[in-house]
Amino acid sequence: MSDLTITINGEKVTADVEPRLSLADFVRDHRRLTGTHLGCEHGVCGACTVLMNGEPVRSCITFAVVADGAEITTIEGFDDDQPMAQLRKAFHENHALQCGYCTPGMLVAARDIVTRLPDADEDRVRLELAGNLCRCTGYVGIVNAILSVLELRRGA
Amino acid sequence: MKSAKFDHQRVSSLDEALQALANADGETRILGGGQSLGPMMNLRLAQPDLLLDLSRVGGLDEIEASSTTVKIGARVTHARIEDGEVPGATGAYMQAVAAGISYRSVRNRGTVGGSLAHADPSADWPSALLALGGEVVLAGRGAERRLPLDGFQTGPFGTGMEYDEILVAVELPQIGAAAKWGYYKVNRKPGEFADAIGAIVLGASPRAVCGATGSAPFRVSAIEDRLADGAKALTVAEARDMIAAHDPGFDDYELQIHAVALSRAVGRAFA
Repeated sequence: MSDLTITINGEKVTADVEPRLSLADFVRDHRRLTGTHLGCEHGVCGACTVLMNGEPVRSCITFAVVADGAEITTIEGFDDDQPMAQLRKAFHENHALQCGYCTPGMLVAARDIVTRLPDADEDRVRLELAGNLCRCTGYVGIVNAILSVLELRRGA
Repeated sequence: MKSAKFDHQRVSSLDEALQALANADGETRILGGGQSLGPMMNLRLAQPDLLLDLSRVGGLDEIEASSTTVKIGARVTHARIEDGEVPGATGAYMQAVAAGISYRSVRNRGTVGGSLAHADPSADWPSALLALGGEVVLAGRGAERRLPLDGFQTGPFGTGMEYDEILVAVELPQIGAAAKWGYYKVNRKPGEFADAIGAIVLGASPRAVCGATGSAPFRVSAIEDRLADGAKALTVAEARDMIAAHDPGFDDYELQIHAVALSRAVGRAFA
């Protein structure tokens, strides 16, 4: 077992965990933050994407012990975040989700796109989304939602 | 799936890491960003007894440029390279390679040193950096040791490193501002591991690498000779014959996609 101190959505928590515990299982099973979803568990599908020290990472292939001392933001931690508020509204208006399984990771990836790549066009948005699998929407609504937020932020 | 059990040791210095490696009982793996090792452990393709976590060790994040070389610390992430932190034409080439490695959320954690030491045949850096040439810098019990990238990878997941050495940096030549390069990866979707890689760098002398071979990447001498003679294009048929001369053990499809990758890499170099 290893001691772990980690800040999740602004709350500092300590725990004694097995090294093999993934960050995803830590936030879901130990913190009951079940908005973070697990799909493939080997870094391909993107459902588990969270922010670690402000940057998107795969929580399924990041061991919790490795995140010791880090600040983690899960999908539950964006209530007061402006780009995420814009994306939530845009996802709603553009029918950018159906079953919702990919949506937490999709939103974290989308937030990275609209903040890191303010000039992204449709091709770039689609390229960046290669790491987040959606099996319902065909991506059209997701891409439109992200493009609408990019446009909104460029006009602001 | 979930990883099998292992012990985790976070070390605070290279000396401590080397000591731990020397004392280790069973399979010990160095943890860099864990973006290749993590999936392999989740799939239980890798079941190390001990992970040595270097995330608190200082001095592995630097990028030091001179007029002729760039030395890149082992823990520099793909994302930093994608964002242009490596200067010069070598940096521009590496930027293009880095941008195609997996996905941004993986590039934020994955490291250049980890990729080289892990030596996955389908990974980008072992092939891309062989096309630049240069050396890896290894820390061990004795003095620092250097190995040329030529021959560093010996096979799938195999390198010239000893079990108790740690890859701390890679030192690469700075290619001239006007130097041409081309990189082409065959994969079924952006970010997937490569099925074939073609890498061309026309630095001090042309280097042409056939990568994602299922084993170590290799230089294709006949393509290098052609480029040295001034050729600016390479057909797929020509590339097939030149690759086949190295007896890589490809079936017809593998030979074809590797030939396509190298032909298109040459095309990109002269586009």
